[in-house]
Amino acid sequence: MSETSDLPKSDPARSVGERSSATSERSAKNQIRREQFRVLYRSPGFIFGVLIVGFWVFAALWPSLLTSDGPKEFVEAGPRVKPGSEAWLGTNKTGWDVYARIIYGARPILIVAPIATAMAVIVGTMLGLVMGYYRGWADEVLSRVIEAILSIPIILMAILVVFTFGRSTPVIIGTIAVLFVPAITRTIRSAAIAESNLDYVMSAKMRGESGLFIVSREILPNVTGLVVVELTVRLGYAVFTYATLAFLGFVGSNITDADWGIDVSQNYEQIVRDIWWPSIFPAIAIASLVIGVNLIADSIDKALKS
Amino acid sequence: MTTTEPLPTETEAEHPALAIDGLEMSYIVRGTPRAVLRDVSFEVRAGEAYGLVGESGCGKSTTAYAALRYLPGNGRIDAGRVESGGQELTAMSGRELREFRAQRASMVFQDPVQAVNPVLKIGKQVAEAFKVMGQSNSEAHASALAALKRVRIAAPESVMDRYPHQLSGGMLQRVVIAMALACEPTLLVLDEPTTGLDATVEAEVLDLVRDLRSELNSAILLIAHNLGVIRTMCDRVGVMYAGRIVEEGTVDEVFDNPSHPYTKGLLNSIPRRGLRKTDRELFAIPGSAPPIGASLPTCTYIDRCPIATEICRTDVPPIVDRSDGHWTRCHHADRISDVPEPQEVTVEYNVGTEQVIGVNGVSKTFRQRGHDIPALVSVDLGFAEGETLGLVGESGSGKSTLAKTMLGVHAADEGGAITLRGRQMAGKATARVEESVRAISMVFQNPDSALNRSWTVRRILHRSVVKLTGVKGAAANKRVEEIAAAMQLSPRHLDMRPRQLSGGLKQRVAIARAFAGDPEVVVCDEPTSALDVSVQAAILNLLAGLQNEERTSYLFISHDIGVVRYLADRIAVMYLGRIMEIGSTATMFNGTNHPYTEALLSAVPSVDGIAEARIPLMGAIPSPANPPPGCVFHTRCHRAIKGLCEVTEPEMVELSAGHSIKCHLSEEQLNEPVHIDPSAVLAVAIDVPLT
Repeated sequence: MSETSDLPKSDPARSVGERSSATSERSAKNQIRREQFRVLYRSPGFIFGVLIVGFWVFAALWPSLLTSDGPKEFVEAGPRVKPGSEAWLGTNKTGWDVYARIIYGARPILIVAPIATAMAVIVGTMLGLVMGYYRGWADEVLSRVIEAILSIPIILMAILVVFTFGRSTPVIIGTIAVLFVPAITRTIRSAAIAESNLDYVMSAKMRGESGLFIVSREILPNVTGLVVVELTVRLGYAVFTYATLAFLGFVGSNITDADWGIDVSQNYEQIVRDIWWPSIFPAIAIASLVIGVNLIADSIDKALKS
Repeated sequence: MTTTEPLPTETEAEHPALAIDGLEMSYIVRGTPRAVLRDVSFEVRAGEAYGLVGESGCGKSTTAYAALRYLPGNGRIDAGRVESGGQELTAMSGRELREFRAQRASMVFQDPVQAVNPVLKIGKQVAEAFKVMGQSNSEAHASALAALKRVRIAAPESVMDRYPHQLSGGMLQRVVIAMALACEPTLLVLDEPTTGLDATVEAEVLDLVRDLRSELNSAILLIAHNLGVIRTMCDRVGVMYAGRIVEEGTVDEVFDNPSHPYTKGLLNSIPRRGLRKTDRELFAIPGSAPPIGASLPTCTYIDRCPIATEICRTDVPPIVDRSDGHWTRCHHADRISDVPEPQEVTVEYNVGTEQVIGVNGVSKTFRQRGHDIPALVSVDLGFAEGETLGLVGESGSGKSTLAKTMLGVHAADEGGAITLRGRQMAGKATARVEESVRAISMVFQNPDSALNRSWTVRRILHRSVVKLTGVKGAAANKRVEEIAAAMQLSPRHLDMRPRQLSGGLKQRVAIARAFAGDPEVVVCDEPTSALDVSVQAAILNLLAGLQNEERTSYLFISHDIGVVRYLADRIAVMYLGRIMEIGSTATMFNGTNHPYTEALLSAVPSVDGIAEARIPLMGAIPSPANPPPGCVFHTRCHRAIKGLCEVTEPEMVELSAGHSIKCHLSEEQLNEPVHIDPSAVLAVAIDVPLT
């Protein structure tokens, strides 16, 4: 015997998947997924975001396919040429092509930001789950530590780290990861607390499951949606943070390296002399990547909630 | 505020307060419109109370919101008209609509806690309702005070100065009603106004609305899934199914003489007139309600109808008049008596004699900020094999604490003992031996919370089987399939996740999990309160059947006395962590009761239309942190003896074999009729400790 499907009245969206006649349940779920994907693919924000991010990923992987000039190659047009037919986005004071430098500059930022974000999300999720499930004094202590880390300004932290460990890429990745762990931990911790209060966790405790099992098998699968959202949102921040560090000169071994943040810092002083293109275009590149990532993050979030 | 709104004239008074005509509505979900209302038409005249009933998802609330044109962003009116006092709502501009809602119509929502602003004092919020009407600050303050008096709140001055969290749910609902009445509405829409409240508080709020009806001349549209509430409150009722009204008439006509198979199915699915599990099964409507937006056959009910014929599939059912104002939308209204009656129960329910689980003098004291909060005080209970013990009491009476203590979620205080077949069990589940862990399991109130959303049904059951019985591999898989089959879950359900299942199926999975380890006792904490009545019927039938096969005992916690009466062999009544009365179901409903039980029983709105004199429980349940001296119930008792009850705590006395009460009064005294002065029935604010 099958049974009445009692549809939640406040949520017409959910109820659509809840029919229990014949074989339709399976397809109903698939249909929701299909419709969510359709919403995603049809949303202009998502398409736009994917185009932007896709372009920069392509640039990071195969820069030579997008430009024939190298980042440190003196082009024929000479230095300080305005954007135009000779050089797409102009040349800088040294005589390097701004467009080529931007294309080659995508690589360092797209190495550091995703790795740092992934590390931060992994550590933050584990910490958050453990703190949220076990609570108690360890949670209290770690919560205070997190608050302490959050209260240190990013720049101050970066100066300390760079002076202590040098400015190699792994150090930069580690710095950004450490800076992001607290915020992620707090988000996941509060979700884990909410999950721990649900009856399925009590049911698991009552049949004698270990804490490790409950955290990793019972609770973790239910916070993955949140982890994905954290991942995308933090990626946007990581791009921004890396660019900031590069602008301040904490990144890379050489100020001639192709890097958006370094290029902005090396050329912004010339804006007063009307030579705006060597600094504004890399700045636009940074902004476009942040916006692209955020557009994707927003669209995914919206589609999951629809 | 100057208003250009013409005052209601005599011609306007002829118009019904609400007239919905041919309303068709849909929600746009992920880009596709999905029909929710299909040709809904009804009228509510001034001074009349009209009820809408039906299962969840049938469009009751959508209709209520449409009555005020208060629709969510994705709601769309496709056709039809909504009129109030001759004014067309569907044609109003935003400004006119705002004016209409401010001056002419009000709505009371389900959850009063969400309907008030938590950071504003009550007085300010109620006064706000009058300021919208154009009153000055001081006028509004005076009006707010009068409004709170009108909803029978004692000491309104002090309530004005409180914040919402300092008031009980029932009190807050009164405040919300006071605000709704500020504009002397011609139309008052109540959407499940008492659903989240205790039965005793529900009765108070319903009494209040009934009293106010005679003072006001407003039309009331009441949405409720509780048929008893509709029966006691309304003049006329419309039964909704799949976005369509299938039967309409006066409450007496519809409930006593139902003419639509759906109405009849609903009425047969609730335990009425003191029905017991030994009498007959409850009727569970087969099949499921169509999801919103489904394209429907000519008759929406055809797939679940026992008397449907070919004509139902080809022709739209006509409206058949049954008697004056009572009609049904059915081809076979004259064949309604062919709807089969639920099965008589032929099996014998045998309660064993050996005590399986004993709860002996168990107390539980929580410590909070240095204060002792006694949540359970020396509770004695015992379960025989195959016995159902019903546990009733208001929220906060310690029912769930007792369940959790038995399950070992927290350890009981020193001194008491929980025994399994005579042997004492450890306090905490983690300290218990495997056999004890297996012996007790639980079915939770809310299956959404009780089942892991990301696990498949198979995994949920498999894990419990492996963990509790130690069976592994193919044997475990076989056992999972066996349990699922016993719960009438089909094999395809095993590979689904909870969100793909309906509420009733989810609860079946939860019950299956509870039975995975062959438990001796299953604690059922309000297992059907989140479900519709027809689903509830199926679950109760299942529980009764399982018990008979497996010889399991149940601790059945519920605030629905009808359900407890149906299922339980014995009933215990709890108040402030103490058992106040315990006895067999027959003796509990047969004369002498503890005054608290008496009040609880009188609070149940009856579907059968037999109104009994209600015994109100004054105020809210006292805080367990600070229980009253003497008999803990004396502060709210209508039979309390001055000088005795507030001094000495009564002992448990046995009135007849197996029926004991904790009361000073003699049987004769308890049977004397009580006179309740209606003017004394005021809601008293109890100081809620700020924790």
